[in-house]
Amino acid sequence: MAYSDWEPVIGLEIHAQLLTDSKVFSPDSAHFGGGDNEHTDPISLGMPGALPVLNMRAVEYSVKTGLALNCTIRRKSVFARKNYFYPDLPKGYQISQYDEPICEHGHVDYLLDGEMKRVGITRAHMEEDAGKSQHSGDFTLINLNRAGVPLLEIVSEPDIKSPAEAAEYARTVRTILRYLNVCDGNLEEGSMRCDCNVSVRKKGTTKFGTKVELKNINSFRFVEKAIEYEIQRQIDCKETGEEIIQETRLYDPTKNRTFSMRAKEEAHDYRYFPDPDLLPVEIDEAYLEKLRAQLPELPIVRAQRFQSEYQIPAYDSFVLTTEKAMADYFEATAKASKNPKAASNWVMGELLRELNEAKVDIEKSPVSSANLAEMITMIDSKEISGKMAKDVFGEMFKSSKGPKEIVKSKGMSQITDPAAIEKLIDEVFAANAQAVTDYRGGKVKLFGFFVGAVMKHSKGQANPELVNQLLTTKLKG
Amino acid sequence: MDVLKTSLKEIRDGIRGKKFSSAEVTKAYLNQIEKWNGKLNAYITVNDQAVAAAAKADELIAKGEGGALAGVPIAIKDMFCTKGMRTTAGSKILENFVPPYSATVVERLEKAGMVSLGKTNQDEFAMGSSSETSAFGVGRNPWNLDYVPGGSSGGSAAAVAAGMAPASLGTDTGGSIRQPASFCGIVGIKPTYGRVSRYGIVAFASSLDQAGPMTKTVADAALVLEAMSGRDPRDSTTSAQPVPQWEQKISKNLKGLKVGLPKEYFSDRLQPETRAAVDRAIEVVKKAGAETVEVSLPLTEMAVPIYYLVCTSEASSNLARYDGVRFGFRADFSKKPAEDLAEFYCRTRGEGFGGEVKRRIILGTYALSSGYYDAYYKKACQVRRLLRQQFLDAFKQCDVMMSPVTTSPAFKLFERISDPLEMYLNDIYTTSANLVGIPGISVPAGFSGNKLPIGVQILASHFNEQALFNVGSVIEEGLAIKELPHGLQ
Repeated sequence: MAYSDWEPVIGLEIHAQLLTDSKVFSPDSAHFGGGDNEHTDPISLGMPGALPVLNMRAVEYSVKTGLALNCTIRRKSVFARKNYFYPDLPKGYQISQYDEPICEHGHVDYLLDGEMKRVGITRAHMEEDAGKSQHSGDFTLINLNRAGVPLLEIVSEPDIKSPAEAAEYARTVRTILRYLNVCDGNLEEGSMRCDCNVSVRKKGTTKFGTKVELKNINSFRFVEKAIEYEIQRQIDCKETGEEIIQETRLYDPTKNRTFSMRAKEEAHDYRYFPDPDLLPVEIDEAYLEKLRAQLPELPIVRAQRFQSEYQIPAYDSFVLTTEKAMADYFEATAKASKNPKAASNWVMGELLRELNEAKVDIEKSPVSSANLAEMITMIDSKEISGKMAKDVFGEMFKSSKGPKEIVKSKGMSQITDPAAIEKLIDEVFAANAQAVTDYRGGKVKLFGFFVGAVMKHSKGQANPELVNQLLTTKLKG
Repeated sequence: MDVLKTSLKEIRDGIRGKKFSSAEVTKAYLNQIEKWNGKLNAYITVNDQAVAAAAKADELIAKGEGGALAGVPIAIKDMFCTKGMRTTAGSKILENFVPPYSATVVERLEKAGMVSLGKTNQDEFAMGSSSETSAFGVGRNPWNLDYVPGGSSGGSAAAVAAGMAPASLGTDTGGSIRQPASFCGIVGIKPTYGRVSRYGIVAFASSLDQAGPMTKTVADAALVLEAMSGRDPRDSTTSAQPVPQWEQKISKNLKGLKVGLPKEYFSDRLQPETRAAVDRAIEVVKKAGAETVEVSLPLTEMAVPIYYLVCTSEASSNLARYDGVRFGFRADFSKKPAEDLAEFYCRTRGEGFGGEVKRRIILGTYALSSGYYDAYYKKACQVRRLLRQQFLDAFKQCDVMMSPVTTSPAFKLFERISDPLEMYLNDIYTTSANLVGIPGISVPAGFSGNKLPIGVQILASHFNEQALFNVGSVIEEGLAIKELPHGLQ
């Protein structure tokens, strides 16, 4: 392997902002944006006597996520105060969960290079986000709109063994969060944040090396690159005898390297203790059952079903299920066209390419799944050729019109009348008399030339099979 | 109307019956404040809008509107946030803090028609038993100006005793309503934890803090508490228990009532004069038909240590928000800028907090630190649960308990302030009610040889405030104390 006799140990802490309307402990808006400090009532500001009241929607989203991550849901979980001073932390403590988190002991399965992998989930706990500090010269501006927005922190076991695994695991978690509609998973805007804990150790040993935490990673590609850089850096340290310091490092994508943010010289003492302002969250079986019943078919289950039900390759089924909307689109197309393989090819090929180019979400695709299915049916019934279909698709994407309408208005339907094709062939023969003579004299390689010429003469509308068949007969003389 | 003698109920009925207007009553109290506040320092802020508010109340009353306390003036401890009116918690760090919101309790009382007289003096952040730790000067006892009014709700107690308010609001974390009520010869009740919303009350120790009224009579306390109590969606720790009409239901027939006398509360530590006063109150209750039974609360000697671990731990976290960033006091950095964030905090908090508050923040920070958490905070919580169990067991043998409020009456100003341990031991009989969450009331029971008031404490099980009002009324009637504060000469 690339790391000779070293092996990396990787664990991820994923912070997911939950898509609730109000904050986790206050009625303030939890939506992104707003004027500076617009979403701040006395609770968000940490004013004297203001008290937190738990947003039950945040509990619901956390429990749903926990169930989707195969976690045990605690019947009683406890909010704790994590005490530290920072100007964008209004109360001087963050309300979080400590030794009694809402979700524990789960796992996530995902596919990497055709192989199923599993990452353990240590815990997923609810907490509130802090505000934002904007440093500028000798002053700092603080915006507390984000302070109190609900987060679910999903902590993995350190069982990730490569940068690619880490990125794929994170993508899978994002897919699940989006399926549940509890987090929009936007790394760039920070509504999902991946902190990576990385250490290296000699192969065959069990003791963990000193752990470094990587932050500021705003894409899955950078998750992979940052971890890769960090592993190499730590191996270099080990091999040159340099000490690895337990610290937080930030990833700089432009330089593709990590650099030290601040040394955790002494471990922070957060003085966690149960928050006396909040009662424990109690969850009963009926509530759990209700939420379990609301869970959508999760991506991995759906991918497996696609493979068996529609007989499409494993890779295709995983790609198609990475977004719920795409999976829905594919499934509708497959059912309506009764040709899942073609549906998969068109969705993963032309459709995704066009959507990506136009930067349009599949939910807003100009080509509806019904129209795509209809077009596939037309190909299958030989109304149009595969070649024509590409043009029809292009037109559908541009105009949102149905395939029949396009074919009709452009006179694009296929010529399947043998007499009409024979007429075309005769015209081609008349224009190429010498070639006909040459062919009949033994230059059989010219067959392809005749096919091309007839197709061109028909403006691509002749049925290629019929052209082949009739040419063979007529060339014999 | 004599401000020293008139009860809140008489004022309420007088206003209702058009005997006098709210404006007249309010002015009478403002006059008394004007006359005595310079000496007693009971108020930090006097409401300059009080007369206008009273006039408005009178208009409402004339139209037949107005709630249960229409037009009644009340003083508010400076721990309660009051929209538009400075709220200091007795601390320099909040010296200029004007809240944009009111505490739920204040809102409820205003809805009931209360006219706010102003904000009363207190120990800084309610940390103290003497009103000496206030950043706005020490409070004094109306019975003898050389003595403390008690604390932390010393200003609220002195105001009621001195006729500067017919009733006031206090907060009680370890005895801060009951002890000053006892020292100033008035009634003070700490309700069951969860009975009254804490929203908008400056937090000291969240699991112990409760607000309650301080009044001249037991019936007044019942009336005001009724208007304050009940579930508040803004405080998750409030209870949905219905709020009874305590005042109307007061019963002076104590036949069959079992009064527990916790033997640990009557040890040698108790001063004989105080013991004699409590005994007289017990006799009155017995005469009304109650029986006494000795009960035991062996963990009593643990109450003060547990209390000081729990309250300081919670306070160290609750007071972290006073950092000079968003509101309140910020050190002056114009001449010497802060080198870093730590210095910004150190100077602001160092200059903004007083000595007792700093002592408790440090103590609490220590008790929560890793390596000490298990031995201090966690252990304290465990013993707290055991103490609760002892009380629940004891209440199987009795309906209420009676005890002293403190070991001795009010002490001289500056006598104990330099000895925090001695000061903390002052709370020995009061902290348990907070740790266990049960209600407790202090009712006047007599005087010491040097003419200082002595109170008796009654404790009941959770949500049984009615028993406190019943027993308290019997003691009040039986002892019929008529003396007025001697300090006001």
